[in-house]
Amino acid sequence: MTTLPQTTGKKLGLVIDLDTCVGCQACVTACKGWNDQDQGRVKGLSDQDPYGAAPSGTFLNRVHSYQVTPETGPAQIVTFPRSCLHCEDAPCVTVCPTGASFKRAEDGIVLVNEDACIGCGLCAWACPYGAREMDAAQGVMKKCTLCVDRIYNDHLPEEDREPACVRTCPTGARHFGDFADPDSAVSRLSADRGGYALMPDLKTKPVNRYLPPRKKGAAQAAPLAPLLEIRASGFAGWLDRVLGKI
Amino acid sequence: MTAEPHVVTSAPISDEIRRTTCYMCACRCGINVHLTEGRVTYIEGNRDHPINKGVLCAKGASGIMQVTAPSRLRAPLRRVGPRGSGAFEEISWDEALETATAWMKPLRETAPEKLAFFTGRDQSQSLTGWWAQAYGTPNYAAHGGFCSVNMAAGGIYTIGGAFWEFGQPDWDRTELFVMFGVAEDHDSNPIKIGIGKLKDRGVRVISVNPIRTGYSAVADDWYGITPGTDGLFILSLVHCLLEAGKIDLDYLAQWTNAPFLVNATDGPEKGLIFKNAESQPFVIDRRTGMPAPWDGKGVAPDLGAALLGHRTVFQHLAEEYLKPDYAPEAVADRCGIAPWRIRALAAELAQAAFDKAFALPRPWVDFRGNHHEVMQGRPVSFHAMRGISAHSNGFQTARALHLLQIFLGSVEAPGGYRLKPPYPKPIEAHPTPHHVSVPGKPLSGPHLGYVRSPADLCLKEDGTPARIDKAFSWEAPLSAHGLMHMLIPNAHAGDPYRIDTLFLYMANMAWNSSMNSAQVMQMLTAKDGEDYVIPRIIYSDAYASEMVAYADLILPDTTYLERHDCISLLDRPISEPDAAGDSIRWPVVEPDREVRGFQSVLLDLGARLGLPGMVNEDGSPKFRDYADYIVSHQRKPGIGPLMGFRGTGEDQGRGAPNPDQIARYIENGGFYQAHVPEGAAYMKPWNAAYQDWAVGLGLYDTPQPYLFSLWSEPLRRFQLAAEGHGPRQPPEHLRDRLRQAMSPYPVWYEPAGEAAGEGYPVHALTQRPMDMYHSWGSQNAWLRQIKGRNVLYLPTAIWEGQGFQPGDYARVESPTGAITVPVAHMAALNPHTVWTWNAIGKRKGAWALAPDAPEAVEGFLLNHLISEVLPGPNRVPNSDPVTGQAAWFDQKVRLTRVGPRDAAEPQFPVLPDPPRAGGGRGANFLRKFGRFGGRGA
Repeated sequence: MTTLPQTTGKKLGLVIDLDTCVGCQACVTACKGWNDQDQGRVKGLSDQDPYGAAPSGTFLNRVHSYQVTPETGPAQIVTFPRSCLHCEDAPCVTVCPTGASFKRAEDGIVLVNEDACIGCGLCAWACPYGAREMDAAQGVMKKCTLCVDRIYNDHLPEEDREPACVRTCPTGARHFGDFADPDSAVSRLSADRGGYALMPDLKTKPVNRYLPPRKKGAAQAAPLAPLLEIRASGFAGWLDRVLGKI
Repeated sequence: MTAEPHVVTSAPISDEIRRTTCYMCACRCGINVHLTEGRVTYIEGNRDHPINKGVLCAKGASGIMQVTAPSRLRAPLRRVGPRGSGAFEEISWDEALETATAWMKPLRETAPEKLAFFTGRDQSQSLTGWWAQAYGTPNYAAHGGFCSVNMAAGGIYTIGGAFWEFGQPDWDRTELFVMFGVAEDHDSNPIKIGIGKLKDRGVRVISVNPIRTGYSAVADDWYGITPGTDGLFILSLVHCLLEAGKIDLDYLAQWTNAPFLVNATDGPEKGLIFKNAESQPFVIDRRTGMPAPWDGKGVAPDLGAALLGHRTVFQHLAEEYLKPDYAPEAVADRCGIAPWRIRALAAELAQAAFDKAFALPRPWVDFRGNHHEVMQGRPVSFHAMRGISAHSNGFQTARALHLLQIFLGSVEAPGGYRLKPPYPKPIEAHPTPHHVSVPGKPLSGPHLGYVRSPADLCLKEDGTPARIDKAFSWEAPLSAHGLMHMLIPNAHAGDPYRIDTLFLYMANMAWNSSMNSAQVMQMLTAKDGEDYVIPRIIYSDAYASEMVAYADLILPDTTYLERHDCISLLDRPISEPDAAGDSIRWPVVEPDREVRGFQSVLLDLGARLGLPGMVNEDGSPKFRDYADYIVSHQRKPGIGPLMGFRGTGEDQGRGAPNPDQIARYIENGGFYQAHVPEGAAYMKPWNAAYQDWAVGLGLYDTPQPYLFSLWSEPLRRFQLAAEGHGPRQPPEHLRDRLRQAMSPYPVWYEPAGEAAGEGYPVHALTQRPMDMYHSWGSQNAWLRQIKGRNVLYLPTAIWEGQGFQPGDYARVESPTGAITVPVAHMAALNPHTVWTWNAIGKRKGAWALAPDAPEAVEGFLLNHLISEVLPGPNRVPNSDPVTGQAAWFDQKVRLTRVGPRDAAEPQFPVLPDPPRAGGGRGANFLRKFGRFGGRGA
């Protein structure tokens, strides 16, 4: 079993705005593209049967879509991006028999040391969020790294030192930052908009926050009052009334 | 606790970044292509680029899988078996080009109209159109006729600009945004960025759409309208606004033709704008009560004037839309929207436009010479796309929406809808269509344009259509983009005549790009005795699409990372409201196959044919390749395909060709922008500062101020013809529909699909997903994992009413055909509508997918249900009667539950695999990763 750090200096994570996410999947392939490079940082995310009957590959971030039928008003669709939440009490770490899964004391990012991973799959079983994927070709567990190879990378311009999914998100629904700092942009955004953790009753203490969709429906606009009863005054009366306003 | 493993956090990214333009859809975002050891290793958005500002969609980030797709063609192909059998042999480029020349040259010398050249999703229409004009065939167009022409023409004939990507809401200043039928397929990153901005500011977003997905899903309010009724809904909003007097009278008086008088005298001038002795329209000046020039300084046009019984446009419009026929209570059932909901939206529009109005402190001078201290802000904006465009009443619906935003005073106002250069541009600044072909000579002028009256139609002396697609005929008088969907059906029917050679670029006509795919496949293989009815087909595509199997000669194109392209102000640029913009593609990697960029091939063919402009005096080729053309071609002296870095490199817009131009673009990130001065950024059609700036840039040669056409004279001229006036008369069978559709003011009429689909109560739609582009996405190993299957979504009423269960299939019938397809329940849907994702279904064997791929087994197209022609005699197109836009969304169907199945129907024979590049994701994976990483050989 692997132990978690007592505390972490930072609590890096994401805020994902479900009011703004249109489900475009941009974050899914930006993540795949970044993590599929074989540049010494990562070893790629394989795809099985890519042009065949049952294509199936490793993705560290997937977007799902759900239908919600409220008690009043029409049905709604909510799109929901799902990736590792970098939990403070990450059960995927404590369950790991080899120490391959670990949570960084420095910033709280949960990672897999692929050299030590034996591909037993216990962590995927322990994660209640389905955030880990076994790479079928490499036989090791893959997961969101919060782009640990981007956020501290001196080879990238300062503005690009953020996760690939955040950099690419066209609607700006994804935000990255430090939740340990109550004044950080992500902390304030989450506080302002009622950001919530997924399934808090499981006591995993996720770092990532989701912002709920805003209330939908009709606006509070006062109904328009007719200028006058057209049937009574006729079109000419209406015209005089309208043009008299000039 | 043991020490944490060491994590490499700062490794080098790549050897080099090359900045070019994406082509995973038509959005044209800037991309940073990372290369390592000469291979593409990562693609991300270019932060400096005006279109995407660094972000990138799911398709764009998957471009790497497109460039390595196994479906890429490898070398020119010649058909050796029966057409459609897929039997080809590889030939050399020289042989391919000589073959094409041997087919085309005799045609040019005898009957140039026998060559029909149509292009699909290219972005080089200023080149392809110029080539076709030099060749001399009247038969040229691109794919706009089956895509967007209702939006283009509806907009240009009304406001001198359009929705789609040719304008955008004032994202930073609008206080209410309403979308009509906007799916996620065009201008997608700019719209997503814009919605993000609105959400950030807490601005309300409203969607009017039968289907609540994507942008509609995040909209704050949703109007799940019944398809084809948007025009009626919009005019009902206009009714409510008029009733309450919530319209911008000052805007109407100054910037539109609302104060013009409508001729009331019976006869051939009735309903046209009443003119003075100099044939000029005029207004009545409120200050004097006397006629005054429409463009006179200080004139105060009177919207309520009448002269000799001729009343203003405004009075005609107001009287019409105040009729009880447009009241919410009268339209509610038909639109599927409750009356109170329509009134509520009208109130919201008025609140945004008038209660939240503001004055932007930017002094400006209008074209009349009047000085304005401020710009009047009207912070309500609209956007609309295929949902209203793909109906047979789409042109008038687009006009109705423009009328609504004009009545609110918001077009080109701060906070409203803003046009992007080269728009605004009045009809008068567009060419008329040309069709006169003479053997061995160029065409008399550009093929496509904007007709002003029946005199501009492309008809032969005997009154029959001059063009194979019958564009600019009485069947579709304002068909500014042609009717590509009628090309093959008409050529097959010999109506109006037979052709010899069909020359197509990047258009999957044997599958999802034809309205009725199954019938078109038969037309392509139909024989007349020994010969094919369409004797020769030349096709250029980069990939093994369904259409490849039906061609006789294949000219294989490159992928988008291996080519030059030019996204030009002469065509379809990347402008923003605050800047004209154009851009390039350049070969960031060299092709490793015997493929060539189609545009270079076209110039090579042009030189072999000796086409004017493409050869030097000694007959040698004038252009080395497309890159050479981009730099050195001049459309007019000083005006070329690219506006930036002209002359010595400092000139913008106008200037001599600069041999270093492409290098300068590459250095600049692949694009160029010419910024609109701040005082010229709004009210552009009337803003003297904008007009002067546009002339300086070369967008026009002289200032072109104009008024918005609420009342359209070109339309009325066609309506007059339908009423029996004038020398050019429509055929009797089209007279009634022209009388209705050519209304000079926006109207709603029932889509033709209603009568054609009697007994078929359900609307059937398609949408394009945000993560797939037409049929291209399925060959992409990543994108097909996201959307490799499609089902038909059924609303609750149908799902429960017919007892559907998860896993079921339905038989779906239309008057044209039947399909049997997988279904699923969706509650967030108009109750009379079913829909599916477009072009996920593939023919077995195409696109280098395994024949048992889900796209080919359970995937399906709705196209087999749709007909190119309406029922009845005369082969009347299933298209908008004004523009010829394919009326895909008019389709009506009925459904029957058939229980679980394991494959969709119909199924077609497996296409044989043409010679292609192969490789792809599997091979790459092994090469890249071997086992447990390490760089392969």
